[in-house]
Amino acid sequence: MAHTTESRAPGFWPLAAVFALFVLFMYGPMFVIFVLSFQGPEGGLTFPLRGLSLHWFRQLAEGLGTVDIGAAFLRSLMLGGVVMLLTVLLSVLAGLAFRKKLSGGNALFYVTVASLIMPSIIVSLGIGLQFRLLDGGLKWLLEAVGATSTLEEYGTALGLFTSALGAHLTWTLPFGLLIMFAVFNRFNPAYEEAARDLGATPWQTFRHVVLPLIGPSVVGIGMFGFTLSWDEIARTSQAIGDVNTLPLELQGLTSTVTTPAIYALGTVTTVVSFAVIGITVGLAMLLGRHKKGHTG
Amino acid sequence: MSSTFTSIAAPVADSPNRTLHAWWQAAPFTLVFVLFFLIPLGLIVMVSFWDFNEYELLPAFTLRNYFAIFEGCATLTEHGDFCVSLSTYLSTLKFSLLVWGITLVLGFAVAYFLAFHVRSPGMQTALFILCTVPFWTSNVIRMISWVPLLGRNGLVNQSLQGVGLIDEPIEWLLFSDFSVVLAFVHLYTMFMIVPIFNSMMRIDRSLLEAASDAGASGWQTLWNVIVPLSKTGIIIGSIFVITIVMGDFVTIGVMGGQQIASVGKIIQVQTSYLQFPLAAANAVILLSVVLMIIWGLTRLVDIRKEL
Repeated sequence: MAHTTESRAPGFWPLAAVFALFVLFMYGPMFVIFVLSFQGPEGGLTFPLRGLSLHWFRQLAEGLGTVDIGAAFLRSLMLGGVVMLLTVLLSVLAGLAFRKKLSGGNALFYVTVASLIMPSIIVSLGIGLQFRLLDGGLKWLLEAVGATSTLEEYGTALGLFTSALGAHLTWTLPFGLLIMFAVFNRFNPAYEEAARDLGATPWQTFRHVVLPLIGPSVVGIGMFGFTLSWDEIARTSQAIGDVNTLPLELQGLTSTVTTPAIYALGTVTTVVSFAVIGITVGLAMLLGRHKKGHTG
Repeated sequence: MSSTFTSIAAPVADSPNRTLHAWWQAAPFTLVFVLFFLIPLGLIVMVSFWDFNEYELLPAFTLRNYFAIFEGCATLTEHGDFCVSLSTYLSTLKFSLLVWGITLVLGFAVAYFLAFHVRSPGMQTALFILCTVPFWTSNVIRMISWVPLLGRNGLVNQSLQGVGLIDEPIEWLLFSDFSVVLAFVHLYTMFMIVPIFNSMMRIDRSLLEAASDAGASGWQTLWNVIVPLSKTGIIIGSIFVITIVMGDFVTIGVMGGQQIASVGKIIQVQTSYLQFPLAAANAVILLSVVLMIIWGLTRLVDIRKEL
């Protein structure tokens, strides 16, 4: 917007003002809690700032009330990592499958889109219900075969890497598939044909031709996978069982914690999100340059 | 959208073998949606007809849960109100329509500015990313970030009192309908911007020149050329926003100070009391309402396409 010397179309300045206000609206509040998280020990939830300190971050590290923030942080990090890997792997595979003749692919596509727009509480309720019915079935089975010791130890099938993982994937995979569609829409199959003509195996074609070309987008899918999982609440809420992820703990804390420690937690979570976005952009640019070096 | 992937299918010889091979690749992806989406949905429908007591679910076929939800809804209460379920659905619908209207106008304006007024592609991408980055940060954080601004002693009240516009702090800024709508707009305008921007970028720029050459004013071009050609994006964005708000319980919970009812909140509370059949029946009703809205919206596109 620096080159304003050329004449602008009518409506430019009012719309530019709307846009600027929109950006302020998006980032302003976030910036405010970032600043307030460094509030001094006597400071409260609102301005003025009473000194600058890391007091509330220390409070956070010690845990808020009964909540072990560190453990929740690690759980969310691990779950986000697994969701990221699975989202990349399954989306790329499915994206490749859709380029071939996939009879019934239409149905799969509609199911994927339906999962994307389905109210999350319904998905969450469904998975929670499914695992509780599964629990009931397993307990009945264990009793029927007389495995009483196993029965006593058995708690629930609900968990971080079972039901919660599944719930997260129903949210991240649609984004992954849609990105793969966008990528392959603009993909020139001539490169693959050339590789095939030169005698490359399907795996070699994928590894040395297709993957380098789609690399930056694949990294992007990974970012969607991690950040969407890292912040997920609605789909996880009824489908997690006894332990909680970080955003679920955070949601619970909003009504009980009345100190800037909650802003400190917000700053920490946001820093992780931004770090992941930063790493992704860096990696995508690196891969992009790599690609250009090879093909151009 | 179905044409999207038929067009990307690489021209290869099709044999049953290849289809089988393709399905092997799609199998893990498909399995996730069968296990964690289709089966759970089926179970919801099934259990919505089950009976239950304080301890367990009782397999049956009863309409009891549905009757329980709409109990007393045939008549108004003695205060002249609707029954709880009906007024909750109406209140949720009201939020949906309000948020839909605001995000549509705001999202359209932002997308329009990006697509037609920002000229350099580099700047366009940069500003577009600027708009989408908040999407990758935590929703709850973005909600509580309004507390220091809207609270009783928040920045807004302090400023208004400072300049002498008000004597007493305004109470309805936080934990109210206002803050709920504000948070929804804050969180979900992005879902309007991205599809509308995407549609706008596909509009052939020579059409705008043609409209202008034919003597159309800026408003006429906007209304008769750009809006109809952006309607796919508008519909996709609308479906996103409306379905999210219809099923929400987190935003309404946090920004409403846990005092405002919503359909999603009812389902959440019933689930936490392990009243699964009731929650399932509510989910089925919510799903039907949402599907009807989507059906109406998609018909809107097709009808116009046929004209």
